[in-house]
Amino acid sequence: MQAAQILINALVLGCLYACIAIGFSLVWGVLNVINLIHGSFIVLGAYLAFGLYNALHIPPWYAVIVAAPLFFVLGYLLQRLVLNRVITAPVLVTLTLTFGLDLILNNAMIYFFKADYRKLTLTPSLGSVSIFDVVVPVDRLIATAAALALTGLLYLLLRRSRIGRAIVAVRLDRDAAVLMGVNVPSIYAIAFGLGAALAGCAGVLMALIFPISPLTSSAYLGKAFVVCVLGGLGSVSGALAGGLLLALVEGVGSTFLGPSHATTLSFVLLIIFLVLRPQGLVGRKGFE
Amino acid sequence: MTRSNIALLVLIAAVAALPLFGGAYALRLGTIACLYAVLALSWNVVGGLAGYPSFATAAFFGYGAYAAGVLLGHGWPLWAAIAFATLSAFVAAAALGAVLLRLRGHYFAIASLSLAEVLRELVNNATDLTGGGMGLNIPLASGAGIMAEATFFFFAMWGVLLATALMAIIVGGSKLGFALACIRQNETASSMVGLNTTLYKAAAFGLSACFVSAAGGIYAAWVHYIDPSDVFDVLYSVKPIVMALMGGLGSPLGVACGAFLYLGLEEVVWRNYIQIHTGVLGLLIVLLLLFLPHGLSSLRPDRLWRRAKHV
Repeated sequence: MQAAQILINALVLGCLYACIAIGFSLVWGVLNVINLIHGSFIVLGAYLAFGLYNALHIPPWYAVIVAAPLFFVLGYLLQRLVLNRVITAPVLVTLTLTFGLDLILNNAMIYFFKADYRKLTLTPSLGSVSIFDVVVPVDRLIATAAALALTGLLYLLLRRSRIGRAIVAVRLDRDAAVLMGVNVPSIYAIAFGLGAALAGCAGVLMALIFPISPLTSSAYLGKAFVVCVLGGLGSVSGALAGGLLLALVEGVGSTFLGPSHATTLSFVLLIIFLVLRPQGLVGRKGFE
Repeated sequence: MTRSNIALLVLIAAVAALPLFGGAYALRLGTIACLYAVLALSWNVVGGLAGYPSFATAAFFGYGAYAAGVLLGHGWPLWAAIAFATLSAFVAAAALGAVLLRLRGHYFAIASLSLAEVLRELVNNATDLTGGGMGLNIPLASGAGIMAEATFFFFAMWGVLLATALMAIIVGGSKLGFALACIRQNETASSMVGLNTTLYKAAAFGLSACFVSAAGGIYAAWVHYIDPSDVFDVLYSVKPIVMALMGGLGSPLGVACGAFLYLGLEEVVWRNYIQIHTGVLGLLIVLLLLFLPHGLSSLRPDRLWRRAKHV
């Protein structure tokens, strides 16, 4: 039964990890930018959910609807006004720039919200369901379902809509996309906005489960790194595969080695994957 | 010996005169100035010369601090602990470099960033050896007075800075420096014409690690208490990059000037905006990258002059 519980936990957590990483993966794949501000966007989303619930009693699953457009606009403007100026610069410059932006946002959050850990507590609490001996809290189930729904929405958007096809085209071959008449700067801004919106929504869902503090942003960012590298860049299926693998490794690792080693294990896995299979589980070689 | 390298040595000699002005504050500032210059000059070997976006400085720094700290706790003399930290960091980083530097661009950046994370978690979990999250207390070096100790650590850090600067100058003028420049410009082509890129990249990674590790060891002995989130702070990886970008990538003189200038700015910000100092630092980074991407060396007086003539 323990094995079943570990498996279910990994499944639930894996979908959430995928949701954390998918916006990061989209931005990395399309813009070729490692977006270090992603973790802080997630935390900001969590604060939004916290504020909406405590002030207006809007539960987090509805808060997603508020968060998505807000964060999209924020990301769109950030890309248009700041990142777009250095988008062709080497990795070092774009990476350091997003680090600077992250410092600003994180410091602002510490300044306004304080570094205390907060928790969104639903009243009445949702309890948990148990099938045979496997126990799953209902709030986690809701968060997982919403994360899967968001992932599915992004998949549909990339597959079915005109903008989505343009994003994929830019990701595959920027120069060819320009020749086909795709407005690349606009696609960049939309992709960054989508990444920010997904981060904000992921943050809203995280608020259901985890404590909220500006200090947690680097942990989210670390998860996004690992998931992206494990699964492969820029694809929805890659993020899902990476998220599930990471959650499984962490679950099994913390059961047998103790929870304090779970993070070490995930980063060791990251370095092994980077060296041996940088294209990730489902990625294709030379596709970067 | 070019003119800018002589200027670098003169600058470092001038820093050594700091204790003449006395004062514990001047000594503390001077020690940190030397530390920052060591970090920036070391980073420049991989980041500036070879063009690899390394975010591993924090890993080397924390490694040195913990290696020296643990050894000092076991009763090793300071010089032996520092020497061990330096040599072992060189060997370990060269070996790691041979593997990690096969990655390019973003993948290398991520791998080097996670190096510090892995080490931090390892230190956090090895509670018996390192004290884990409680941190590590390091015994006082001697019974000498506060000022004598501050002066001693200042000169120790200055010595590391001098060694780093000499290393940077020698590398810049050597076959290694030439090879790294080739790698930066076109790695595939340079390996095609028979350059052993793996060897040179590993050597560069090792050299960029060893003095940072030595500085970490001296830092640990100087502050007497280290904990994982302090010495493996990602800011130790990013600050040297900002300094190098500020001074202009590649040239040791520019990088060292960038380090001193950065320290000056940091002091001003810390003193005036303690609550929002990381935000101001972030703003500084953003403005620097957007408006002065080639550092302050792009603000040459002759350029300003030329521009002025056209007005």
